[in-house]
Amino acid sequence: MIRAIRANFGSPQIAIACAVVLLALFLLTVLAPWIAPHDPIQVNLAHKLSPPSWEYPLGTDHLGRCMLSRLLYGARVSLGFASLIFISSLGIGLLIGTLSGYIGGWMDYVLMRFCEGVMAFPSLVLVLGLVGVFGPGLAQVVLAMVLVQWVYYARMFRGMVISLKERNFIAAARISGSSQWNIIRRHIIPNVLPPIVVMGTLEIGWAIMDIAALSFLGLGIQPPSPEWGSMIHEGKAYIRSNPELMMYPGLLILLIVVMFNLLGEALSERLGVKKRFGKDGELKWYRRSRYWK
Amino acid sequence: MGGFIGKRLLAVIPLFFFATLLAFILVHLSPVDPAEAYLVAAHIHPTDEILAQKRHEFGLDQPLPVQYAQFLMKMCRLEFGTSYLSNEPVWEEVAKRIPATLKLAFGSIVLAVLISVPIGFFSALYKNGIVDHTSRLIAFIGASIPQFWLGYLLIFFFSVKLDLLPVQGADTWLHLLLPSLTLAMGLIAIYSRLLRTTVLEQLEEPYVLYARTRGLKERVILGKQVLRLAISPMLTGLGMNMGKLLGGTIIVEEVFSWPGFGRYFIEAIFNRDIPVIQCYVLLSACLFIVCNLIVDLLQMALDPRISRAGGAER
Repeated sequence: MIRAIRANFGSPQIAIACAVVLLALFLLTVLAPWIAPHDPIQVNLAHKLSPPSWEYPLGTDHLGRCMLSRLLYGARVSLGFASLIFISSLGIGLLIGTLSGYIGGWMDYVLMRFCEGVMAFPSLVLVLGLVGVFGPGLAQVVLAMVLVQWVYYARMFRGMVISLKERNFIAAARISGSSQWNIIRRHIIPNVLPPIVVMGTLEIGWAIMDIAALSFLGLGIQPPSPEWGSMIHEGKAYIRSNPELMMYPGLLILLIVVMFNLLGEALSERLGVKKRFGKDGELKWYRRSRYWK
Repeated sequence: MGGFIGKRLLAVIPLFFFATLLAFILVHLSPVDPAEAYLVAAHIHPTDEILAQKRHEFGLDQPLPVQYAQFLMKMCRLEFGTSYLSNEPVWEEVAKRIPATLKLAFGSIVLAVLISVPIGFFSALYKNGIVDHTSRLIAFIGASIPQFWLGYLLIFFFSVKLDLLPVQGADTWLHLLLPSLTLAMGLIAIYSRLLRTTVLEQLEEPYVLYARTRGLKERVILGKQVLRLAISPMLTGLGMNMGKLLGGTIIVEEVFSWPGFGRYFIEAIFNRDIPVIQCYVLLSACLFIVCNLIVDLLQMALDPRISRAGGAER
């Protein structure tokens, strides 16, 4: 369904351009301590709300902090923690989903009913509820998001494994005496990898938005550390005099999410994910549940 | 048909149980003792004596299954406890705020349907035309834009630059416009494309050809027959989108200072007002479950093929 939105946007040239820009951005965030012109939390009230200049390429915020440096450091939080959330929830989901689908039995039944139950909750509400009992803070937000997200992956991988389990090459491996662990490692995991790559690109984009939203609400990273969502929150008070304070971080989020989406679309085309898990496949199911959540 | 309804209704019961169980576990996951959290929120210095007394009052000294049973009984009577902060019954506070949130959600659904149905229809009829391309671009951006930022963008253009609409407050329907639009954007992105796809699919169906050969007016075919079937996936979408919509109301209420349930929930998170958090999580899950149920039943009424197929195609 989201595919319909993206049709025509998934050309390889655009995807390569997105990949290059994202890679460059990733490099910038890694190098932030060396290339940022100023300390992102250095308050300098004499220079507050100053327009762009050679010293402050994007001007300063309401406390005289360098906007460019703050944006650069903010990217570290967004990209870094979004990747962390994706990798940890994917890891847990992959492990539990694969085991559950492969071994089956009552364990599979209990785990999947649990997953379905968690999915009955709107995910943002559940994340907020968890943050509510854990208390605000970036670590708590990451933990809460991982706790909610893995369920979706587990559900998806289980479906994939079950459909793979019946295939001939798995049966052949079993007959020729491969151990269960070997079958999972050598035959099942390589087959579920392409969808993971596609999901990764889509999922990180969404995680960036979620982290920003929670920070915007004041529940994620705590001031004065820079983060795009909290920068928008701080900038909103100056929407009349200095709208650019909230424009820059928002534009960056939009740009990154758009690029991740374009890349994901092109990759799914290229890796044949659609073909393999096409009309009634698991990826479609996964997408539907994710985007309509 | 009756069997389908019965099956669907039965499937709801375990979900409700799970929702209550999860809301119950949520509190026990907290690293902070609820009795202690209560005392901190109420600005009472926690001594061992008061703590023990409060723990007894909350039933925390009982074994977990007993606590859960008591919890269930209370939920059935809509007793969500008293807010740690205001010492008022949570349900009363919540009931005051729910209408505002419902108004917002309802407004955005209406707006989403009003905008996305014509766009989707025209995109399908004039495939690859200007409307189609523009709507594709809008849908793509609408699906990638952070909601809170979109809210401020709208405030910036319509309230600050053009000075057309009020920024905050919830008094007139004009106040409702910007928040609803912010909330509706994601839905518009999805529905306009979804409707386009389904209308295109329907136009290929033999019944359309048949209707055309019968000499029915194109307007009648599209308006009466195609639209009716094309609306069905949108309804499913609406049910599934309830969660997104609920999450969205939290953020949009915060952006526009809308006096709803979502903002109350955020306040509660900051104050660790656990009964309110619990109430919100539980109620939103129930709402989500009920909405999906209603949508399924509605869909069945619209498209009898579903109940005949036993609801397999979902």
